[in-house]
Parts: sequence; structure tokens; C-alpha cells
Amino acid sequence: MRPRQWLLALGTLLAGRVLRRRGGASGDAGAGGATGSDGEQVSGTPERRAENVVLVLLGIAILFAAGFVATYAAFSARHIPNELLGICLGMALVFIGGALTVVAKYLVVNEEIEEDYPSEHPEDQREIAQMVRESGGRFTRKRLLIAAGTATGAALGAAAITPVLSLGPIWYTQPLDRTPWRRGVRLVDVDGRPLAASAIEQESFYTAFPEGADPENIGSPIIVIRVDPANLRLPRARATWAPQGILAYSKICTHAGCAVALYRKPTFPVVEPEPEFVCPCHYSTFDPFTGGTVTYGPAGRPLPQLPLMIDASGDLRAAGNFSGRVGPSWWNVREPPV
Amino acid sequence: MRRVSLVVVAVAVASLGGARIAAAQLPNGIVRPTTEPAAPSTQLGAELFAANCASCHGIDGSGISSPRPGASDIEGLGPALRGVGARAADFYLRTGYMPLSSPHKEPSSGRVLFSEKEIESLIAFVAALGKGPGIPHPDPAAGSIAQGLNAFTLHCAGCHQALARGGFVTGARVPPLQGVTATEIAEAVRIGPYLMPRFSTSQISNAELNSIIRYVLSTAHPDNAGGWGIGNLGPIPEGLVTWGIAAPLLIIGTLLVSRRARR
Repeated sequence: MRPRQWLLALGTLLAGRVLRRRGGASGDAGAGGATGSDGEQVSGTPERRAENVVLVLLGIAILFAAGFVATYAAFSARHIPNELLGICLGMALVFIGGALTVVAKYLVVNEEIEEDYPSEHPEDQREIAQMVRESGGRFTRKRLLIAAGTATGAALGAAAITPVLSLGPIWYTQPLDRTPWRRGVRLVDVDGRPLAASAIEQESFYTAFPEGADPENIGSPIIVIRVDPANLRLPRARATWAPQGILAYSKICTHAGCAVALYRKPTFPVVEPEPEFVCPCHYSTFDPFTGGTVTYGPAGRPLPQLPLMIDASGDLRAAGNFSGRVGPSWWNVREPPV
Repeated sequence: MRRVSLVVVAVAVASLGGARIAAAQLPNGIVRPTTEPAAPSTQLGAELFAANCASCHGIDGSGISSPRPGASDIEGLGPALRGVGARAADFYLRTGYMPLSSPHKEPSSGRVLFSEKEIESLIAFVAALGKGPGIPHPDPAAGSIAQGLNAFTLHCAGCHQALARGGFVTGARVPPLQGVTATEIAEAVRIGPYLMPRFSTSQISNAELNSIIRYVLSTAHPDNAGGWGIGNLGPIPEGLVTWGIAAPLLIIGTLLVSRRARR
């Protein structure tokens, strides 16, 4: 698996650097007495130990960040364990935070000068400047630490960017226009049983899917209702789309893509609101009688209607594809009202 | 200052007086025969129906489809009750949906205005208007909560929310379902009161209905996994609360970490 190889390479690189540094230090010790004893002293100092701790912490953070990418890569989009991703990212941040804390506490000099700044004595000023310059020198392996920091940042960045893949192909949008509905496709219920026209009652609503297609396809789910054909005010081109007053619309709201799961029907139509579909997310309201036109709410275009027909055995079948694009409105997916 | 307190006292006295008058009056405008029989009877139901329901539903229960004046200034307008059976009568009377003070009002569950004996009499009368479905006897113990959650999510949660806490549909309120009885749920599913669709046995079988009822009854005391319930509103407000608590904790942690440097 690729992430594992990356991880291995990174680990080898880091370990190699550490070993080489150690080797160089002992080599120096062999060459010259003064620098050698200096080097020995350096490796035993608290700074040296703090740096080792920082390197280990950053290494663990990199492992967790890599774990995030590996988790994302190992599971298919539908079964990604969110808790695992969360733990990986969270622990990566915790260990980076720990490393930064160690750096702040042990490696960054913080000394306070009690006296005022000697603004009139250039000699003293130079002395302070010298102190400040030297105070940065607590790091004994600056380049290694910078490399480790960069590697950690890169790993964390990779982990943060990985989920972008879930947004899918950016320019390849044709699949969004395709739906499983074609002339002759049978309507089935959630359990796959065909829907008979006689089973569709007034004052109720039914969710149906195309036979043999993926029910989770955005173009699959439809809402089916029966109304009195005398009340229909469909556009003329759709005169034959509602046999016996049975109507079918896409169940995906044209605003934000929620399931249009509310069918409001009056018990006593004389005083109560007219039958309409309502989306529970933002209350976009669609009129089934006039072809799914928006009567309220943020939706920008009508609910796509599916033409229906009744076959010889009385089952409902699609008589074609939807009247418009299925799914939420985005980019240029808009169309004039019916 | 003094004038203000005087006004407050006056308002308080007036509201007390109002309450006393309201208590002395008939609380709700229900008209009853001067002597009611000891046991429920269709005869008592007919009398109560004529006095309290006929303005809107017609004296013979055939409904009134164009407005006309009814008793005590009520606008008479209402659906026919022939053939709705004991099921609908039982539901609307026991939930307090009926009687309505105006046919344009949205029925809501509230105070039940008739006594138990009167309700039984009215149910018997409405049932006798025409052949109709009887009162259902669901058995929630026979259902499964898991199956009920599934079916509830499919058929009901769009309006009632996944935990049956109610909500809105454009033009009406959706009632929360905590504190309703199993029979009322079974009746509502089959009747489809007000703007709710009705569901036939081909859509929701009686076995499935038992599961739905068992699930809905369980939502009164949901099995919380821990943490703060926040009305079981869902992940977004819970996330906001997490941020509201987590963000200050992070700030405090940052301050503690950086304290030595600032000394």
C-alpha cells in the first residue's frame, strides 16, 4: 500500500538524519580534543534531550497524520469510520501541540532584563544585542528540527487536504444529468415490489424507485400521489403525464437536495391549505397540480416531474425521463419556471 | 412612579376579576342537556351532537360545504361524518381536536371538553351515522423499536422529526408525539387528521404500525447514550455547544501554556 511506503521512507529519512548527526558528532570528537569534549557535553545537555523529545513528538504527529490519509484511502467513501479520522487528526494536533510546548518551555530562551533599556549607552546596547543574538543558540540541531517541522506540516496539510477527494470530479458533471428513469421502467416501492396504479390512494403519498436501479442514485427516488384529475392544471405538453390523476415527482428538493418528505393534504379542503409537497429542510413548497411549481421557500426551480403510464397488468411505469434536471440547484443548473 | 404602581394594581385586580368571571361561566360553551342519563347512550350522543357539532357537520352528519351561520355566532362549515366511524370520532374527541371554536382554526390537542360518558355517547352516535371503521386496538408490545424507527423515518419523520418532537409544515404546526396514546397514533395514521396524509394497510401494515407505535412511545424517554440531550435536536446545535465549550477550554489551555513566557 502506498501510504505505508511513504511512511517507511519518511521514517528511514528521519532516522538516517539522526544517526548521521550522531556519527558526525563522534567523528568530531575523534578529530580534535577541544571540539570533541564540547560535542560530548552538548549531547548530554537538557537542550539536547528536549530536542529529542520534540523530534519524537513530531514523529508521532506525522504517524497520526499519515494514519488519517491511510484510513481515508483504506475505506470506501460510504464506510469511512469518522471516529478513526477524528482520532488521527486530533492526536496529530495534540502531539504537534506537545512539541510546540516543549520548544517553548525548554528551547526558546526567555530571560527577563530587570533594568531599563540603556538608551544612552551604545556599549550596553551592544551587549544586549549580543545576548539576544546568542539566546537563539539553544538549538543544537536547527536544520534537523526545521526539517522535522516541515515534514509534520506537510503531513498535516496532506491529511487536511485529503477529504477534498470526496467532492468528486470537479468538471465531469454529466452523471448528474443521467437518471435511471427511461420509458418503460417500472416503479417499485422501497422493498422492490412493483406499484400497482390501483394501490395508489388519494390523500396519501408513496415513495417509489426505478426497478433494478441503485435507490441511492440522486435521480432514483420519486414521490407518487393520486389526485382528482379534474383539479389538475398541468402544462399542455404534460397532459398525458398523469394517468388517472397519478402524479410522480423527483423526491430531491431543487434547492439544497434534501428529500421532499412532507406531503401536506387537507382533510377538509374548503378551509384548509391546498395539497402541496414541502421540503423539511428549508420549507420549499411545491404545487403538484401545476407541474411542481414553487409556491413558497428558497427553491429556484420547479420539482422535476416524471411522466407516468399504466401497463397492461395495471402497474405504474415511467413514460420517459424527468421534465428537468434532478437535484439541487448549483452553478448554472437553473431553468425558467414551467 | 406612583401612577405606574397604581396601574399595575389595577391590571392585577382586573385580571383576577376576569379569572373569577371565567370560572363562574360555562368554561367552554359546551351545551348539555339539563339531565344526562347515568350511562352512555346514542340518545345522549344525538342530543350533544345536535347542540355542539351540527352547526358545522350538519344535523345528519352530512357536512356543510359552503359557509352558513351556526349556533352562537359560529360560522357553520365542516366535513361530512357519515362513514368515518367510531375511529375518527374517538380520535378527534379524545385528543381535544374537536369541538373547534372556528372552522378556520387549526385543530390542536388541548383540553378535552366532554366527559368520558359524553365522549362514548358521541362516538356511538357518529358510528351509527354510517358504516365505518371501529376503534383500533394496536399492540405496541408486539412491535420492534428498530423496525419502528425505520418505518417512522420513512413515513413520518419528514414532518414529525426523527424523535417525534414535532415541527412545522408550511401553513400548519406538526404536533410532537410525546404523551399521546397508542390508540391515538394508530387512529391518526389511518385517518390522516388535518394536513397529515393517511396511510393504508398496504403502505403501513398493522404489524409495522405496532412497531411505529412502540418507537413513538419510546421517544418520550429516549435511550440517551450520555452527554447533554439538548432536546434531541440533532448534530448541528450539539456541534455548536461543543464549540462553545471546547473553544473556551482551548483558550484557557493556551493561556496556561504561555503563562511562563509572559511572567
